Amino acid sequence: MTDAEKTYIKRNTVNEQTIYDALTSTKRTYEQKVLDLAHCAENQLNVIPLDERTIYYFSTGAINDLFEGHAPYRPRYVMVDFERFMKQGSKFLRINPPKTFDEAIFALMSLYHHIPSITNFPVYLGNLDYLLDPFIGELSDEEVKTKTRLFLNFLDRTIDDSFCHANIGPKETRMGRLLLETEAELDNVVPNLTIKYNSQETSDEFMKLAIMTSLKCSNPALCNDDVNKDYYEGGYGVSSCYNILPIRGGAYTLTRVTLTRLADETSDVESFINDVLPECLSCVAKYENERIKFFVEKSGFLESSFLVKEGLIDKDRFVPMFGVTGLAECVNSLLKDKGLQYGRDSEADDLGNRIMDKIQEVVSSFHAEYTPLTNYHFMLHAQVGLDSDKGITSGVRIPVGDEPESFADHLRHSARYHKYFPAGVGDIFPIASNVTQNPDALLDVAKGAFSAGVHYMSFYSADTDLVRITGYLVKRSEMAKYFEGQAVVQQTTALGAENYKTNKLQNRKVRME
Amino acid sequence: MSFAPINKIIDFSTVDGPGCRTSIFVQACNIHCLYCHNPETQKLCFNCGKCVDFCPAGALSFGEGHKVVWDEEKCERCDTCINVCPSKASPKVKALSAEEVMGRIEKNLPFVRGITVSGGECSLYPDFLEELFMLAKKQGLTTLLDSNGMVDFESLSDLMNVVDGVMLDIKSWDSDVYQRLTGFDNVIVKKNLSYLSRIDKIEELRIVYVPGYVDAERCLEGIKETIGEKVESTRLKLITFRHNGVRSPLSNHPSPSPEEMSALKDYALKLDFKNIVIR
Ligand code: SF4
Ligand code: SF4
Repeated sequence: MTDAEKTYIKRNTVNEQTIYDALTSTKRTYEQKVLDLAHCAENQLNVIPLDERTIYYFSTGAINDLFEGHAPYRPRYVMVDFERFMKQGSKFLRINPPKTFDEAIFALMSLYHHIPSITNFPVYLGNLDYLLDPFIGELSDEEVKTKTRLFLNFLDRTIDDSFCHANIGPKETRMGRLLLETEAELDNVVPNLTIKYNSQETSDEFMKLAIMTSLKCSNPALCNDDVNKDYYEGGYGVSSCYNILPIRGGAYTLTRVTLTRLADETSDVESFINDVLPECLSCVAKYENERIKFFVEKSGFLESSFLVKEGLIDKDRFVPMFGVTGLAECVNSLLKDKGLQYGRDSEADDLGNRIMDKIQEVVSSFHAEYTPLTNYHFMLHAQVGLDSDKGITSGVRIPVGDEPESFADHLRHSARYHKYFPAGVGDIFPIASNVTQNPDALLDVAKGAFSAGVHYMSFYSADTDLVRITGYLVKRSEMAKYFEGQAVVQQTTALGAENYKTNKLQNRKVRME
Repeated sequence: MSFAPINKIIDFSTVDGPGCRTSIFVQACNIHCLYCHNPETQKLCFNCGKCVDFCPAGALSFGEGHKVVWDEEKCERCDTCINVCPSKASPKVKALSAEEVMGRIEKNLPFVRGITVSGGECSLYPDFLEELFMLAKKQGLTTLLDSNGMVDFESLSDLMNVVDGVMLDIKSWDSDVYQRLTGFDNVIVKKNLSYLSRIDKIEELRIVYVPGYVDAERCLEGIKETIGEKVESTRLKLITFRHNGVRSPLSNHPSPSPEEMSALKDYALKLDFKNIVIR
């Protein structure tokens, strides 16, 4: 074993000091500490076999399991079938099927509390408009909004993590409208919202309301339903940082290949594509399969969870997400002699496609354990990043500062790479604030982008307090507190603040000025 | 093949008509308003060479036939040239054919729903416009003109067939007031107002309000007298005068207050205008 590998193993071993530091931290809230201590406990186990090459790639940073822990005892992301829950209630939780709006909200709040995930908070809250619309009945708009405001504030104040996500649409409903109107008044970071846009089903008026809301409070993001709806039989939801996952299932695990680091292995394009890349990808697949096997065969989750027993999740509807990130730096590094840049030069973009084609081909040749829904295939996902990522650009995005002058070119670039990622990919665009005077303009851009093949995108107004980091939202004002060393409610503030600083996100190119 | 001198193209504009549009600004105008924000678009360059001497970036030089040529790559966008020009012109203007302009617009598909030609004054180049709009129509784009209405549109029927709408500046109603503001008479503007209303091609009517200089209330009455009940469906934009960029006796003139703007809006509402925006 090399020194780097030894250091890697050592860094990942929990010792008394790690536990002591977690326990005595002044930057973490009590709840965050409990979570940290649980991680310490989990990480003392050594149940996932690692071969030498995998350890090597972990040590270089080319493989990263995104802090999933050493012994998976819950799926990474759970996508509960809330529609079913609203119809049948839950025996385990002693909740009857709701009959009124208040009961519906109570039922959801109760269930959310029991949904596990990698962050310990639910990452998916359901299609809230469809779930609640049937219960509005005779209530006035104001009554619905008052209740919704309390509900949304409850989520924001108790879910300490903005990877949590709710969906809206594609069809316009009264609840959908009221939800957006309420959201616009709040400036909350939790939950994140995504509106599913379907060219046949979503009205322009509804979409404009969504766009105006996103310019006000950076939510909702826009999902191209036309292209995303067919990846999984039985429906999908959008969770966390733009994960497209099957409803009544979710994701077992997510490990990513960090192409930025993998490109350090060689400067030769051919050997990168034909040797280095396939080897590393196979290490990721093996590692994910070991995790899935432990989770399914040993963890006891599927046997004990009431979600499984009551049919709210189904063991056959989980998929492994295969993460890819840092394509930009990988391409730039392989072409550094020619000085070509991803996002600017067509030869660089062509190489980007070659690499992605290869990844798609190789990954689809792997067998994924316990994954009947996708015919035992891994699902590619453009991973958005970690706070510790320095100089690694999210997924297949163009690095901040390298964006093309033309917004049209940028959107076409996105479309060119989004097609590889059934399990989610997305771009973020700060928009000049005067667009609020003409939401039709942004609607035109969104529709154009979707028809050009963009899968998912989000906007925020260039001068709002709420900024999107990689996918999640953070308040500039909260980041300021964090930098002063104060404890902050949302875990993601800490992640976001670091990322904002290191990746110079304040320099993202503002569009439609 | 028709050319027009192009001052600037904005690929994704949100302020030149409905939705997202590519806006094309032509050079040269047939009037000179006291409140013009970009007076450097009023005249065509006569190649005197003054700006060539002043350009700090060496982006200007004399080319073929003693014509001033602008090197876009070298230009630092400092606007020195515009400021030293004795003639309210700019050397940073390119004569482009309708095909060339369309080539640029096509790069913005499918993200824009249409194009708007503004200026300067677009109606000085009817052949260019007709060609450009025919090309744009083939791509399913809507076509708008942003005009001062000083050229008789009725005499340009081929052009009008490919124009979806005109955003027409009314400026003032009384011809003396118009004269003082622009140096010209407004008979043609009034004729155009009536004609465009008849053929249902008014996209928007605009009045820039400068208290003491513009008879805005009389304008509203005049429009009502001319287009009658169509005021109800016609979009009216009341623009707050601002002195940025203005080079005239109005360069230090104060803007009307928000109260004055909304009083004007109230007057328009009384006259049955329904679709009113204040900018
Ligand atoms: S703006 Fe004019 S003066 Fe300034 S660099 Fe460009 S061409 Fe030269
Ligand atoms: S732009 Fe003005 S200063 Fe420059 S050459 Fe033309 S007329 Fe002279």
